[in-house]
Amino acid sequence: MHVPDGFIDAPVSAAAGAVAAGAVALCLRGARRELAGAPGTTLTGAERTAPLAGLVAAFVFAAQMLNFPVAAGTSGHLLGGALAAILVGPATGVLCVTVVLLTQGVLFADGGLTALGVNILIMGVVTVAVAYALFAALVAVLPRGRRSVGAAAFAAALVSVPASAAAFTLLYAIGGTTDVPIGTVLTAMVGVHVLIGVGEAVITMLTVGAVLAVRPDLVHGARSLARPLKLRVGGRLIDAEPVPRAPARSPHRVWLAGLATALVLAGAVSFYASASPDGLEKVAADHGMDEKAGEHAAADSPLADYGVEGVSATWISGGLAGVIGVGATAAVGSGLFYAAVRRRTGTPATGRIGRTGDPGTGKAHPAGEVSGGSGDSPAGGPAERS
Amino acid sequence: MNAPGGPAPSLDVRGLAYAYPDGHQALFGVDLTVARGERVALLGPNGAGKTTLVLHLNGILAGGAGAVSVAGRPVVREHLPEIRRLVGIVFQDPDDQLFMPTVQEDVAFGPAAMGLRGDELSARVAAALRQVGMAEYADRPPHHLSFGQRRRVAVATVLAMRPEILVLDEPSSNLDPAARRELAQILRSLDITVLMVTHDLPYALELCPRSVILSEGVIVADGATGDLLADEELLRRHRLELPFGFAPRATPPGLLDRPDTT
Amino acid sequence: MGAGHAHRLYTHRSSPAHALPPHCKLAAVLCFVLVVVSTPREAVWAFGAYALLLAAVTAVARLPAVPLLRRLLIEAPFVAFALLMPFVVPGERITVLGAGLSVPGLWGAWNILAKATLGTAASVLLAATTEPRDLLLGLQRLGLPQPLTQIASFMVRYGDVVADELRRMSIARRSRGFAARGPRQWGVLAKTAGAVFIRSYERGERVHLAMVSRGYTGELPVIRELRATRAQWARAAALPAAALPVCLLGRLL
Repeated sequence: MHVPDGFIDAPVSAAAGAVAAGAVALCLRGARRELAGAPGTTLTGAERTAPLAGLVAAFVFAAQMLNFPVAAGTSGHLLGGALAAILVGPATGVLCVTVVLLTQGVLFADGGLTALGVNILIMGVVTVAVAYALFAALVAVLPRGRRSVGAAAFAAALVSVPASAAAFTLLYAIGGTTDVPIGTVLTAMVGVHVLIGVGEAVITMLTVGAVLAVRPDLVHGARSLARPLKLRVGGRLIDAEPVPRAPARSPHRVWLAGLATALVLAGAVSFYASASPDGLEKVAADHGMDEKAGEHAAADSPLADYGVEGVSATWISGGLAGVIGVGATAAVGSGLFYAAVRRRTGTPATGRIGRTGDPGTGKAHPAGEVSGGSGDSPAGGPAERS
Repeated sequence: MNAPGGPAPSLDVRGLAYAYPDGHQALFGVDLTVARGERVALLGPNGAGKTTLVLHLNGILAGGAGAVSVAGRPVVREHLPEIRRLVGIVFQDPDDQLFMPTVQEDVAFGPAAMGLRGDELSARVAAALRQVGMAEYADRPPHHLSFGQRRRVAVATVLAMRPEILVLDEPSSNLDPAARRELAQILRSLDITVLMVTHDLPYALELCPRSVILSEGVIVADGATGDLLADEELLRRHRLELPFGFAPRATPPGLLDRPDTT
Repeated sequence: MGAGHAHRLYTHRSSPAHALPPHCKLAAVLCFVLVVVSTPREAVWAFGAYALLLAAVTAVARLPAVPLLRRLLIEAPFVAFALLMPFVVPGERITVLGAGLSVPGLWGAWNILAKATLGTAASVLLAATTEPRDLLLGLQRLGLPQPLTQIASFMVRYGDVVADELRRMSIARRSRGFAARGPRQWGVLAKTAGAVFIRSYERGERVHLAMVSRGYTGELPVIRELRATRAQWARAAALPAAALPVCLLGRLL
């Protein structure tokens, strides 16, 4: 569902492009951390980013071609945003989906050039952020184990698809070139995408499960399941020093989780509020939105007076305003939190953690068992390496 | 092991031991010297530690016991850029090695990383492609080449760096007989030290006068290839097998015997 | 599968359009699409003029028209969205063949169809006259950050390799009597996807080793400097330059 040219007006497309560019820039930094090698490596994340993210992007690109038959000759395929986020982490996930969209837009004329920012924003950033936040939150809450990871993957993928559709509707409400009743659009888009989401969820869950069964270390979102490494030195087993990863990521995680929860809440509540417009007013008030929409937003803002002309259901554009407002609030709030953390610790909250081992020795641990030659591919057939 | 006279040996490995961070120990004290201009086959069953040894030669793996030096320079951090120029590794799967969009750019990658630019770079690339007979494929994407052609381009990618020693990981795997013969011709035509990692014993006999057997992380035999391949008991002990009907003694015998270094 | 829709777009010809430097073409197409998007929907004639301009480019590039037209079908999902508009958009209604259609809805549908089609056509022309590798170089030349172009270049290089792996695995499955008929077989297909992911990731690690072995330090050396002469820029600018007056005229009228 690549948005073509002419769907969203130029200013909103440009704004979406700017937001997408900012998000991608952040993700470029985050991906270095996610892709940094095992402890004791001289091979830095920066060096590994391009080949690894490139190969994962190639995987997403190819996986989108894998047809999953539904019934009677119809079939669906993977969108891959949630899957990428869970397998390689949110930042790398965004990069991979972005590059897939970029190449599809420029090399294959799939999705408009002027709509590239919109596409990256809704299919890359929103999908991945929502999926990973939900996934991480569920993994943290559920009991440790593969089943929980599977369930979390299912839920994350299920929600990520309609969330992306809702994000599209939001952009359409602000910058759509035709005034369609936004309520109808939202209902239709989210409704259809919930169905698509179910398929995506099943495929994502099964695929994550398949990787987890063979190479659990490659599932970024399930690293908490990994057992500590041991070293055999002169015949004795010694505990390898654990890699202190978690503290480095947690503010990031908190931020993502907070934002996604807020967005999901706003979206879901507005959906339920369809029966009672008053309920939505309340939600908007709870989130400080009525005030925001009324006063803080500039008068010419599309949200200023619950926006779009010809919108029959006021509640829905109110809800969309709510989503934006919650997003903005979360962003500002987490920014303050981030700044506070930074100040307290005196270091950037997401700063690199010193690595164990001397980074100067040229030590590396290629995660594939290098000496084993062909590795342990769980192929559905003999190793088909050409 | 005595290095033959003359300049510093191309490769000198002493007492190399290494365990992966996951605890798996792959090397248990490897000693190996390869003189300049020699072609040596490194034989060994799967899991013997061959690839681990190879990754030590240019400093991708390090940190265990022992020392490696290349053309007299120790493989330590401050020499790494130079070491990576001197040791040209051709990996097993050419698709891993040919990562740039066109053959030309791929061959240029190494020299460009060394700082070459412009005409010097193009000349270097053209020369390397000519050496492997792939000059007319310069603008092709690697994906559109046959497997044998890809392997030849992979050899060119390291030749372009003018290495001291060429290290080939399973060079004959997946090649059809013609491609195998062509590659052998190319390798023989090069005036360069070669360390060939393989379990293709006839190919070793064809190309390398000397062989060493790596098994369970140590060198268990070192001698003329013909002699080693004639020692059935030795081969069997280290899970090496000659193809059916292949008689090493029928081919020209090894030139000189070197003592085993078990 | 043939690597999906990869490679089908680029059509090898020697033409003035093919010979232009990629960054000039990219900039020109982007400007053209921007002009098209900012044209008011009521200026119906303007979109006809744009279509003629693209037809002229097609002729200059010596490209066959039929495959290009077929390629436009890619926007199909959003065509459905556009076609719904006349039925759901509120406003003044007219009756066509017994069905009540909304006038703003019709305008909306026309707007989306016309602009999306022209935008896609322009992108198709760009991709048909420029090799994927050159497009990436052009993007980099226009300021796309190097990390992104690197990732994209690896994706382009290995997209086919990974797709081939998928295809071979599919053949291996079918050779053993497997047929995917419905969701019941999804487990097997997902295992395939998982296996391909692991292979891709491991390949990424091996590629990285191979790169480091040849002195990689985080930057891909630029081997071909893209340069464009003024004449080339002028030639590339012909398309947006011809479109701009049409747009301005459309806004005035």
